[in-house]
Amino acid sequence: MNLDYLFDGAHWDFASGSIPQLIVSHLWYVLLALALGTVIALPVGLYIGHTGRGSFIAINAGNAGRSLPTLGLLMLMVTLLGLGLLPVLIALTVLVIPPILTSAYAGLRTLDPGVVDAARGVGMRPMQVLFRVELPMALPVLMSGFRSAALQVVATATVAAAVGLGGLGRLLIDGLAVNDYSRVLAGAIVVAVLAVLLDLVLAFAQRWIVSPGLRASK
Amino acid sequence: MITFDDVVKVYPGGSTAVDHVSLELPTGKMTVLVGPSGCGKTTSLRMINRMISPTSGRVLIDGKDIAGQDEALLRRGIGYVIQSAGLFPHRTVLDNVATVPVLLGKTRREARTAALSLLERVGLSAEFAKRYPAQLSGGQQQRVGVARALAADPPIMLMDEPFSAVDPVVREGLHREFLRLQQDLGKTIAMVTHDIDEAIKLGDVVAIFRQGGKLAQVGTPQELLTAPADEFVAEFVGRDRGIRSLSFDSAAALPVADLPGTLALDEAGRPTGWLMESGQVLPTGGTFTAADSLRLVTDLAISSPVGIAVRVNEEGKADGVVRHHDLADYLAARRAS
Repeated sequence: MNLDYLFDGAHWDFASGSIPQLIVSHLWYVLLALALGTVIALPVGLYIGHTGRGSFIAINAGNAGRSLPTLGLLMLMVTLLGLGLLPVLIALTVLVIPPILTSAYAGLRTLDPGVVDAARGVGMRPMQVLFRVELPMALPVLMSGFRSAALQVVATATVAAAVGLGGLGRLLIDGLAVNDYSRVLAGAIVVAVLAVLLDLVLAFAQRWIVSPGLRASK
Repeated sequence: MITFDDVVKVYPGGSTAVDHVSLELPTGKMTVLVGPSGCGKTTSLRMINRMISPTSGRVLIDGKDIAGQDEALLRRGIGYVIQSAGLFPHRTVLDNVATVPVLLGKTRREARTAALSLLERVGLSAEFAKRYPAQLSGGQQQRVGVARALAADPPIMLMDEPFSAVDPVVREGLHREFLRLQQDLGKTIAMVTHDIDEAIKLGDVVAIFRQGGKLAQVGTPQELLTAPADEFVAEFVGRDRGIRSLSFDSAAALPVADLPGTLALDEAGRPTGWLMESGQVLPTGGTFTAADSLRLVTDLAISSPVGIAVRVNEEGKADGVVRHHDLADYLAARRAS
């Protein structure tokens, strides 16, 4: 086992199957799954957190979602839907939903009730309370849920290769198939580095969107 | 005027929070709702801006039933101050104060300009504008809370234990400033407190609630102190209510005697102390003017080394004295009349 594959310049030219190209397709799956998962989980989590109705859904969906094996779910989806991007996207989205749903719910539920009471009391309508007060205040918790979803999906998006798609999983699966452990190692390292970089980007984004007033209190 | 017309609030589960309360809160005055915990005072307050709806009965503002009004619009027209201040931690002090004007459609810029002058009004300098609530002390947060409630210049203010989260010294200062502010503004205020001393000090009208959400007595602080309706009220207003009721009586009508020779004066005629037989000069311990209360005069007479309170005019010149037995006669005659 060695780093030859990773440091071979030929593997870094932008061509089909090259590392940069695999990174791009990998990130593409990650972003699609995060976007889709957020679109589904965020409104549901905010609704449950804002109204307090259906909190058992937030808690149980979170737990159930976490215990589903993504690879198994992917195989099931492929059996049902055939090969393609859709089954991969579904499997990854199911992985992304629980942390976002739970953090949105928890972010709102743990707010100081006095502040929410004041928001209503000064005459904000329910949606104004949600978007002008509850959501901005819940952002630190929400962002930590989103970051953990992002980390999980970066690591797990390698399963796309198992059903014939691209992404950094190609390096792992193809490498294993031909006993090229240098290639497997390259795949593992790039995935890890990608995960760390993505988390850094999100940490930076968090600093930018979370009010300094919320940091001052911590 | 805010009117409670036979208002009842029963919570799901059957506990009665407010039990057939009828009450009028006069325009431009401060009405304090006071009572032990669980007496329905906060529930009553929160029915004025429809944070809670009555089970039966009506709440009217200037004769109009609020039940049919749009909740959010109603609340924007009523200042709201709560115990923990309830400031929005993610917004600067200035933007907290600008909240309601922005909701009412003012531009952020206009609202901020107005907010800045309001901050000054509640005793915070402009340097606080850009800070966040977490960077303020409890007393400062409460001032911002009051400024936020005042920002849209609402005719009515609701205050739910606004001063109870700050320490006694700060509270004293806030009381003074608040009274001064109210003197300028003349808002119709409903305030909730569990502290009867605060109620008596701040209220034009005090409504005492008892357990079970019933109104025990409504009256001016003086009425409550001098003529409590029953044992509960008498107990609640406290044992030294006789002395405290003197706070509401001016010393203007109190007859004074001529200055005795034992009162030492400086060249300007200001009292400097009492000449004792031993040749010692003891401090007077304070003086009063005609504008002060009988309570102060009583206190001075009792604490004076010779049992005499000294009155001074505006220049600080001594112009009369009250001996404590004369004071006792005066109080007895006043009681009898």
